[in-house]
Amino acid sequence: MIGIVDYGMGNLFSVSKALERMNVPYIISDNKEQLAHAEALILPGVGAFRDAMKLLNETGLASFITEQVQKGKPILGICLGMQLLFEESEENGLHKGLGLLNGRAVHFSGKDQDGSSYKVPHMGWNKLDFHKQSPLTEELKEDHVYFVHSYYITEHERDTLIASADYFGEVPAVVGKEKVFGMQFHPEKSGDLGVKLLQNYTRYVKSMEVLK
Amino acid sequence: MLAKRIIPCLDVKEGRVVKGIQFLELRDAGDPVELARAYDEQGADELVFLDISASHEGRETMVDVVQDVASELAIPFTVGGGIKTLQDMKRLLRAGADKVSLNTSALLDPQLIKAGADYFGSQCIVVAIDAKWDESIGTWRVYTHGGRNPLDKEAVAWAKEAVDLGAGEILLTSMDSDGEKKGFNIALTKAISEAVSVPVIASGGAGQSEDFTEVFTDGKADAALAASIFHYKETSIAEVKAHLKEEGVNVR
Repeated sequence: MIGIVDYGMGNLFSVSKALERMNVPYIISDNKEQLAHAEALILPGVGAFRDAMKLLNETGLASFITEQVQKGKPILGICLGMQLLFEESEENGLHKGLGLLNGRAVHFSGKDQDGSSYKVPHMGWNKLDFHKQSPLTEELKEDHVYFVHSYYITEHERDTLIASADYFGEVPAVVGKEKVFGMQFHPEKSGDLGVKLLQNYTRYVKSMEVLK
Repeated sequence: MLAKRIIPCLDVKEGRVVKGIQFLELRDAGDPVELARAYDEQGADELVFLDISASHEGRETMVDVVQDVASELAIPFTVGGGIKTLQDMKRLLRAGADKVSLNTSALLDPQLIKAGADYFGSQCIVVAIDAKWDESIGTWRVYTHGGRNPLDKEAVAWAKEAVDLGAGEILLTSMDSDGEKKGFNIALTKAISEAVSVPVIASGGAGQSEDFTEVFTDGKADAALAASIFHYKETSIAEVKAHLKEEGVNVR
């Protein structure tokens, strides 16, 4: 069973429907005991970094997630949920994240190398470039996925980058280190490839259980 | 780089898809969920649902339509039409819409854009603009209430104001071109796209594949919306995309 962390910010409906279509059991919960029973977590997120971290801290879900990850539970952060996995974000001033991955979220500058302006948010379908092997991208082909974000991850460790997209520079799109994963785009809104990426995560979770 | 988006638009009235010409003469065009599924399969990058129901029951039906669409589709979609309050936005976004589109209500109360953007984030807030050329002022004028009421407002200025208030995208309909199938309004689209820092969806006038190429290259649109040519199968999304690819436009 997958535990979708409900902290009041996130497109929970779409993520849960995507799991339903794949016949993957899940719960949506803000209850730590319930989530502790899940084999893996999904941390969704739409909105602002500061508000999200505030809610996660107030509810104690931040320390709960960290503990669970230290115990070896897989987690997948989606969109803002991925950014929350990192050390900090500069959205609305500097704010600390969960610190499960090294790196920080910064705003797209909105100016290219020649000083011409480009559009922010990075919104729409962009193509993934795969960088290294990962259970998440296993047997998948590079294709387009749906992004909507104004901040992107930088200063990350090079070997955590599984896939990136090109938007006036390299934008980390799929990241992963040990059992901590993140997708900057919305797999639940990314057609076939998105479904397959989510499927690979749930398959990975299952394989982890078999190993136990 | 980002792919240019092709967006079929479904005008929904009391739970059915309808389509008119220059906002009049409505014809039945099918079941919204069925059409949505078909467009997803054909490669639509996104969908827009405009709720043109007048009755309260029609509005309730719309929330069900949104939920059904969100349950079955894995592409983003926007819902617009008759959204007047933060509460309306909340209901539709909770039902599974990715974005809401504001038109008349945003013009009557521009602070609604800010309230929505502050609460849900700019990426959820689309501002739809219905614009028509006005010879007397030498530019495009904004209309409310589905193109019925002219305002003392100029389209480019309003687009900028909406973005300053927090609009994350502009859905721009040329009333002069709508339903005529003679191509998008390139001058209007270009003027707005160059004036704002957010993506612009061009709407009104799509008749053939070449029109899409033109609106992306000359019109500088980020996305293009069409209804009847797709509903009545005059062309398909695949056909439009194949043409765009040939012309060197980046599509999914």
